[in-house]
Amino acid sequence: MSAGSVNPAPVFSALGDPIRLELVSRLSDGREHSIKQLADGLQLTRQGVTKHLNVLNEAGIVSREFVGRECRFTLLPESINSAQDYLACASAQWDDAIARLKLKVEDQIKGSE
Amino acid sequence: MTTAESQDKIVKVVELKAPVARVWQAITNHEEFGEWFMVRLDNPFEVGKVTTGNITYPGHEDMEWVSTTERLEHEKLFVFSWPPSAVDPDTEYGEDAKVMVEFKFEPTELGTRLTITESGFSQFPESKRLEVLRSNTEGWNIQAENISIYVSG
Repeated sequence: MSAGSVNPAPVFSALGDPIRLELVSRLSDGREHSIKQLADGLQLTRQGVTKHLNVLNEAGIVSREFVGRECRFTLLPESINSAQDYLACASAQWDDAIARLKLKVEDQIKGSE
Repeated sequence: MTTAESQDKIVKVVELKAPVARVWQAITNHEEFGEWFMVRLDNPFEVGKVTTGNITYPGHEDMEWVSTTERLEHEKLFVFSWPPSAVDPDTEYGEDAKVMVEFKFEPTELGTRLTITESGFSQFPESKRLEVLRSNTEGWNIQAENISIYVSG
């Protein structure tokens, strides 16, 4: 597989939902947010929002921390950057493979001269 | 070497100081292919047939190789496809969903101009999701940078 060094699938799959994208957008100020803050204005129960936040947490997109009895979430932006780098990564792997191909075909020619 | 990238494809153009016949052999012979691509392939590339194998790149030995050879035009064109499910096994794709990898061979004064094109990324639902993410979240990249600084600082 040309993009072997990054497996973005869990991140992509976690982001493949409008509610979770909205939650990521709300978290993109980099601050800690409570479930109550994040659920504000969404047509979802607290439990529903928690479920989506847990998916984001399992994919490594947000971190979860208990402050007293309250659960707070923070965005981990590196996960999303790495997903955006997916094509760049596939491209870099081609560069590596091409470098090896070049060595292979050009060296053998030199050897036979 | 030159590179062009878009949301849907990667294009690499490389000048090789070796005749087309040699480059063709290094790419279409499955054992030679495996040496530079770092994959152990079980069977040759034959049009319409599936080639299986395992990646040999250190740290990724658990990744399987599955490709279908689409075209073999002697010393001109080699095309294989692989299913997107090889990258993202948890998503269901249409029967026709495939990523195409094309090798185009052209003789030059120095040897060979090889053009590699990998295309079809837009079939990945994640690409669409990223587009959604990019378009829906204004200034996303700047924000992400700021957050990076925030988180690492």
